[in-house]
Amino acid sequence: MLSKKASCDSHGQDSSYFLGWEEYEKNPYHQVHNPNGIIQMGLAENQLSFDLVESWLAANPDAAGLKRNGESVFRELALFQDYHGLPAFKKVLVEMMAKMRGNKVKLEANNLVLTAGATSANETLMFCLADPGEAILLPTPYYPGFDRDLKWRTGAEIVPIQCTSSNGFKITPSALQDAYERARKFNLKVKGVLITNPSNPLGTTMTLLELNHIIDFVIEKDIHIISDEIYSGTAFDSPSFVSILEALMQRNLENTQVWNRVHIVYSLSKDLGLPGFRVGMIYSNNPAVVSAATKMSSFGLISSQTQYLLSQMLSDKKFTRKYMTENKKRLLKRKEMFVSGLKSAGITCLESNAGLFCWVDMRHLLRSNTFEAEMELWEKVVCDVGLNISPGSSCHCTEPGWFRMCFANMSEETLRVAMQRIKVKLVDGNQSRSTTAVVKSARLQIQTKWVLQLASYNRGPDR
Amino acid sequence: MGFTLSNQQQQLSKIATGNGHGENSPYFEGWKAFDSNPYHPTKNPHGVIQMGLAENQLSFDLIQEWVLNHPEASICTAEGAKEFKDIANFQDYHGLPEFRNAVANFMGNVRGNRVTFDPDRIVMSGGATGAHEMLAFCLADPGEAFLMPVPYYPAFDRDLRWRTGVQLLPVACESFNNFKITRAALEDAYEKAQKANIRVKGLLITNPSNPLGTVLDRETLKSLVTFINEKNIHLVCDEIYAATVFTQPSFISIAEILEEEEVECNRELIHIVYSLSKDMGFPGFRVGIVYSYNDAVVNCARKMSSFGLVSTQTQRLIASMLSDNEFVDRFIAESARRLKARHAKFTVGLEEEGTTCLKSSGGLFVWMDLHKHLKEPTFEAEMALWRIIIHEVKLNVSPGSSFHCPEPGWFRVCFANMDDQTMEVALERIRNFVLQDKEAAVVAMKKKKRCWQSSKNLSLSFNRRSRFDEVMMSPHSPIPQSPLVRAT
Repeated sequence: MLSKKASCDSHGQDSSYFLGWEEYEKNPYHQVHNPNGIIQMGLAENQLSFDLVESWLAANPDAAGLKRNGESVFRELALFQDYHGLPAFKKVLVEMMAKMRGNKVKLEANNLVLTAGATSANETLMFCLADPGEAILLPTPYYPGFDRDLKWRTGAEIVPIQCTSSNGFKITPSALQDAYERARKFNLKVKGVLITNPSNPLGTTMTLLELNHIIDFVIEKDIHIISDEIYSGTAFDSPSFVSILEALMQRNLENTQVWNRVHIVYSLSKDLGLPGFRVGMIYSNNPAVVSAATKMSSFGLISSQTQYLLSQMLSDKKFTRKYMTENKKRLLKRKEMFVSGLKSAGITCLESNAGLFCWVDMRHLLRSNTFEAEMELWEKVVCDVGLNISPGSSCHCTEPGWFRMCFANMSEETLRVAMQRIKVKLVDGNQSRSTTAVVKSARLQIQTKWVLQLASYNRGPDR
Repeated sequence: MGFTLSNQQQQLSKIATGNGHGENSPYFEGWKAFDSNPYHPTKNPHGVIQMGLAENQLSFDLIQEWVLNHPEASICTAEGAKEFKDIANFQDYHGLPEFRNAVANFMGNVRGNRVTFDPDRIVMSGGATGAHEMLAFCLADPGEAFLMPVPYYPAFDRDLRWRTGVQLLPVACESFNNFKITRAALEDAYEKAQKANIRVKGLLITNPSNPLGTVLDRETLKSLVTFINEKNIHLVCDEIYAATVFTQPSFISIAEILEEEEVECNRELIHIVYSLSKDMGFPGFRVGIVYSYNDAVVNCARKMSSFGLVSTQTQRLIASMLSDNEFVDRFIAESARRLKARHAKFTVGLEEEGTTCLKSSGGLFVWMDLHKHLKEPTFEAEMALWRIIIHEVKLNVSPGSSFHCPEPGWFRVCFANMDDQTMEVALERIRNFVLQDKEAAVVAMKKKKRCWQSSKNLSLSFNRRSRFDEVMMSPHSPIPQSPLVRAT
C-alpha cells in the first residue's frame, strides 16, 4: 500500500540510539520537579551561550522586530522564497565560515546553498553525487542519523571505514583501501568519502596527516569528499581545527580537479545552539553541484524570517567575535569539568578538543567484550544510573564499550548530579544487581524493542 | 578546470545532471524578461508587469497590524525574548504543540468549521513543495505513478518526480465542460497505465484548482472518492488555495466528504497537502503541512519531515497568530472580500474587450481564453502569442502548455500580486493588445480569406507534447528580484 521506503526501517529510528530517548521522555530529570529522573546526555546541543544571543537581541530591537531603518520588512520577508537565499545572509555566513578557518580560505557567497538544517544538506549532497545503489565511505564511529540522512530516500549505501581505538580512531590509508575493496566485493560503486570534522562522536579534530591521506585517496580513486564541518565552531582546544579546504590549499590543489569534488556541510545548530531554526548549508566549488543543490533546496528552504534575523545578528562582527571566543571558553571549561569528574570515577575518555560530548571508555565495566554486554551496560546506565547516553554500537563502532556522553546541553548543577550518579551508582554500585520492579520492566521493554526492532520512535532525532 | 563535461557528469548523479528539475525550459523567458525589465510605476512605467506569480499580496496590512500589536509573538522582542532559548533549541519533528494546534484550528476555520482537524495528524514540511515530494516518497516506489488531471501546476513534475522516480500520468480534461474531472477520463487514464504496465498508486487533485481557479463540486469529489476506493489507490488533495475562494460555488474540502454518511471510504487512502503560502501570503516562511488519515503515513512522513522542518521561530509566530480566532475570522473574510473585488475588476475589465476567462470562484489568477488571438490552433502559435505578450505587451503570464493543458490558447494570469494601480496598467495593456489584434486580424482575414478551425478537436496526446514535458515552473524565479535581494 505504501512505498518500500515507508514500510522499511532504513530511517534508522528503531536503533538503540533512539530507544534511550523514549526512556528519557517518560521520566525526564528536573532539578526541582523530578530530581530522580533520567538526565539527558544523548543530546548534542550547545546550551552554554544563549545569554550572549539574548543580550544581542535586547540591544537590537529593530532586527529582532523585523525592521530595517525603522520600516517594517515583514511583507518583503513573507514574500521572499527565492531559493538562492537572502544575499545578506549568505554574505555573512561565508564571512563567518572563513573566519572560523582562520581566514586562510576565501569563500564565495555564490558557492553556498542554504538548506533546512545539515540533515537536509547531507541528503541533498547524496542526491547530487550518488545514484541509487552507489556507495559512500564513512569512518566509524559515525553519527547514527547518517543512516537515515544519506541512505533512506536516496537509495545510496554506506560502507564503513573501520577505525579502532589502537590509534585513537584515526583514519589510516589501509582502512580507506579496505573499505574501498569491501565495496567492490559487494559490487558497489564508491562515489565518495564523508568525514565529520570535528568528529561526532569522537570530539576530535582531524589531523593534517589524516586529511592528506583522504585527499590522496580521493585523488587516486577519482571520487568526492563531503566534509561535514558542523562542529567547526566548537573546536575549543588545540590542536586547532583544520578544514579540508585549508589542507587542499596547503598542497596547492585549488586549480586541480579534486578541488571541484570537495563539498562542505555546515549548520548553525551546534556552534550557535540554534537547532530549531533549521539553518544548514552546503559549500561547494563545483558549479554543477551548486546548481543542482540549489534547485533541490526548494524542498527545504530556510524561513526568510530566520534568514533575516540571523543575517542581522551575524553581520555584527563584534558580536560574532565575542560569541565565538566566549563559547569556546565555556565549552572547554565544561569539558574539563566533565573529564575530571569521570576520572575521579576511574573512567577515561578519548582525548578531545572539540564537540559537545566526550567519547567515553567504559570497556572495563563490560561483563564481556561483546556488544550484548555493551547493551546490558547501557540499559543499566539509562535505567539504574538514570543517564541517557549513546552506546557506541549505535554509532557503528567496531569495539564494544565506548559511549558518547554530551555535556553542553545542561546546567552545571545538572552535570554535577550526573557525575555524582556515575560515581555512586555506576562505578561504586557496579556490583549491585538489584533493581526495582519498575526499572526491571523498563529494561525488559528496552530489550524487547532492541531485539525485535519494532519500535518506531516518536521523537525528533538529532546529533 | 581541465575536465570534460562527460567526466563531470559521470561523477555526479543522474538526478543532478539530468533535467528533472524542469528549469531548462523556454518558460523562463518570461521570468528573464521581467527580471531584466521589471515594471515600476514611476521608475520604469514601461517595464514588464509580473502576472506569472501566484502570490496573495492584498491583505498584508492586516497581518502587519497584528504583528505590531502582538510583540510577544516574536521571540526576539522584549516581550517574547524569554521564550527565545527554548524555541531556538526545540528541534522535535513533532513541531511545537501550539503550532500544530493553531494550524489544525486554522484549517478548520478556513472550512467554516464544518470539519475539525486532529493536531496529531499534522506533519510539517518544507512548504507544499516539500509536502508533495514527501508524500510521493511515502506512497510510491520509483517507476510507480500518480494520476493527475490536466491542466496542472507545472512544478508538480519536479516535486513528485524528480528525486522520487515516480511518474505522472495525465487525466484528460477539456474546456467544453469546463475541465471537469470525469469518471470516464479517470478510467481511461487508469487503463492506459495498466496497458503500459505502470502501477498506479494514487490520484492527485488540486482543489481549488491551479491554474483554473475553480472548486470541485460535491458530486465530483464523491466520484473521486468512489474511484480511488474501487482501485484501492491513494487520493492526495492539495488544498493550498482553500481560503482564496471568494464567491459561490464555495469550497468543499475532502475532509467534509469523508464525514458524509453515505460516503464509503477507506480513510487511510486520503491525504491533504496544505500551506500558508497562498491563503496567508507567507511563501517565504515555508510552512507546509501534510495531513493524513493514515497512521503509517503520518509516522513515516514525520520522520521524513526532518529534511524540511519549519523554523521554530516561524512556528512560534504562526502559532500565536492563528490561534487568535478573532483575527483569523476577520482575516479570512476580508482577504476573500478583497480577492473578490480584485477578480471582479479584472474580469469585467477584460470582458469589456471581449476577452473571457473560465468562470472561477477562487485562486489568485484567472484562466484566460486567448484562442481567438492564435494565428492557428497549435501550441507553436500559443508560444508565439506568449512571446508577443511578454515582449510587446510586456506582461509575464503563464502559457497553458506549461500546465499540460490539452488545448492551445489558454493562459494563467495572476491578479493578486500587485497593487490596484499596477493592475489598471496591466488591464490597459491587455485592452490595447486585444484591440490591435482584432484590427490586425480583420486585415489578415481580408488578405488571406482563411477558414478558422475549431480548437476543440486538437487535444494533443501526452507523447506529442514531449517538447513541453519539461516545461515546469520553479515556484519562484531563478533570478532574484525581491527588494531584499538588492539590499546587501
